[in-house]
Amino acid sequence: MTRTPDTTASRAPRVRRLRPSAGRQHHAGPLTYVLLGLAALVSLFPLYWNLVAASHTGERVVKAPAPLLPGPRLLDNLSFAWNQVDMGEALVNTTIVAGLVALSTVLFSTLAGFAFAKLPFKGRSALLALVVATMTIPPQLSVIPLYQIVTDLGWVDQLQSVVLPSLVAAFGVFFMRQYLLEALPVELVEAARMDGAHSLRIIWHVVFPVARPAMAVLGMLVFVQAWNDFFWPFIALTPDGNPTLQVALAGLGAGNHTVDQAVVLTGALISSVPLLLVFAVLGKHIVGGITAGAVKN
Amino acid sequence: MATSVRAAGDGSAPPAAPAGRRSAGPGSPGPRPPGRSGRRSTLYRLDLKAVPYVFVAPFFLTFAAFGLFPLIYTGWLSLHRVELGGQARWKGMENYSSLATSEFFWNALANTFTMGLLSTVPQLLMALGLAHLLNYRLRGRGFFRVAVLAPYATSIAAATLVFAQLFNTDYGLINTVLGGAGFAPVDWESSKWPAQIAISTIVTWRWTGYNALIYLAAMQAVPQDLYEAAALDGASRWRQFLSVTVPSIRPTILFTAVVSTIGATQLFGEPLLFGGSLGISGGSGNQFQTLSLLMYEKGWVTGALGQASAIAWVMLLLLLLIGGLRILVSRLRAKAGS
Repeated sequence: MTRTPDTTASRAPRVRRLRPSAGRQHHAGPLTYVLLGLAALVSLFPLYWNLVAASHTGERVVKAPAPLLPGPRLLDNLSFAWNQVDMGEALVNTTIVAGLVALSTVLFSTLAGFAFAKLPFKGRSALLALVVATMTIPPQLSVIPLYQIVTDLGWVDQLQSVVLPSLVAAFGVFFMRQYLLEALPVELVEAARMDGAHSLRIIWHVVFPVARPAMAVLGMLVFVQAWNDFFWPFIALTPDGNPTLQVALAGLGAGNHTVDQAVVLTGALISSVPLLLVFAVLGKHIVGGITAGAVKN
Repeated sequence: MATSVRAAGDGSAPPAAPAGRRSAGPGSPGPRPPGRSGRRSTLYRLDLKAVPYVFVAPFFLTFAAFGLFPLIYTGWLSLHRVELGGQARWKGMENYSSLATSEFFWNALANTFTMGLLSTVPQLLMALGLAHLLNYRLRGRGFFRVAVLAPYATSIAAATLVFAQLFNTDYGLINTVLGGAGFAPVDWESSKWPAQIAISTIVTWRWTGYNALIYLAAMQAVPQDLYEAAALDGASRWRQFLSVTVPSIRPTILFTAVVSTIGATQLFGEPLLFGGSLGISGGSGNQFQTLSLLMYEKGWVTGALGQASAIAWVMLLLLLLIGGLRILVSRLRAKAGS
């Protein structure tokens, strides 16, 4: 299993955009469009219906036949979700957590990836193998002691209990290493050293500029993942304390609050819309990033 | 920043570094002390030697504190009887042997396995087909790619809450549509297979487009000549797909299969939230309780952290077993091929 990433090792590094059109491809026939249209419909309909449900009263949502067109209650539901069940606070928390996790993961992954790709040091290949091996450890194996640690430190419901374990990710280190292996000519680093530049200067003036495209992709992937992360936040944070969106939603869904389904689904909408907007605007770049990353966590 | 790269590259900026060093060291004023270049090279060598370790340190420190230590500690806990905040008492392998005789454990293991199959197999097959379609020359290519990726932007919690409504037995849209087609309403929550299918549908919905795009990238790297040769041999497009495309992207398929399997082993949020107030026990009859859910129930509801730890370690052993099988299969295949 530790060999898993090797299969894509030769693929992952290049931040490769999917070709807009390649000459060899056959033109699509009508059936292709029908099938793709169906796939797009299946992908988008639940999101559309989320909006529909969030714009009706709770009684209407749970009455057959379910509504198919938007209703008049969206703003009321939004204001209730925002003020009464604190989805606004959860949105802020999630933005803080995902932002910090993405920033620190990108920074530390770039540094480590650079070291693994271009700096000679003792134990390099063994340490890299260890990084890759850690990717297969399921989070379930650490949560019980982690929860005890967090409890002992009095960090339950504190955002740092979610941020700190995610400061850097094996996937990120591996991703940046693969990218820099190809993208950064070692002569560039050596020339800078000849000129007397110390490592921090090299990082700032040589590595970061070269790595910027991959850093952007990694930042996006990590941000999405941290935004949607569920298992550990659900354990470390409570819906009534300092929840992220996902934890707050779990609280609504499990019926801890006496709220109606329209409000629950309004909460779901609040948690999805920011990322969906980003996807709609940056869609092409994200598609390119996903295919470059080719790893899901 | 690009200019400075070039400046460093063409050797026109040597004065920059000493200047930087002088300003960085206010403790060395006046004319150059004789030992300066010696000290500089020591610093320089130290910089070269130590910096790689400094750069990789954040990962290993984070991993040691939040990954490795808890992993080992979980193993230690699994040999004890522990309640949260209480004293640990040695139990040896008892937590494991009690799992072996627990029908809840075997039920959760079976559910994890069946829901893993139900979500992974259709997901990857559909992703393969979808990637093939997206690989045609298309109008609206960008729209289709972003559309099938949209579910990936949705969280487990949001997706599950929406699907729980769509799958509702009494008023959900899915039963309404089925009713329109003349089928009796399906009890998506309380009966075993429909509930497992519903939960697997959520997983499949979220990940199919994502995997399709990974396959698409791999397909675009397949050399054109292979298709031309196949076409010359009179292979139909379907035949080309089976005999050229699929074998060419086999490493990617294997990779997504392994990653999806790891994900399926950890299935937690979808069954938890799909089950509403019965989520932790995986439905009224534990019909969709997974190993992760059972672990959570043992640890956080029952408070038996030792037993929960044992379940966590069994999950690791399962993953190692799957990984070992995979290596064995690829070895055997390599042997058969040579």
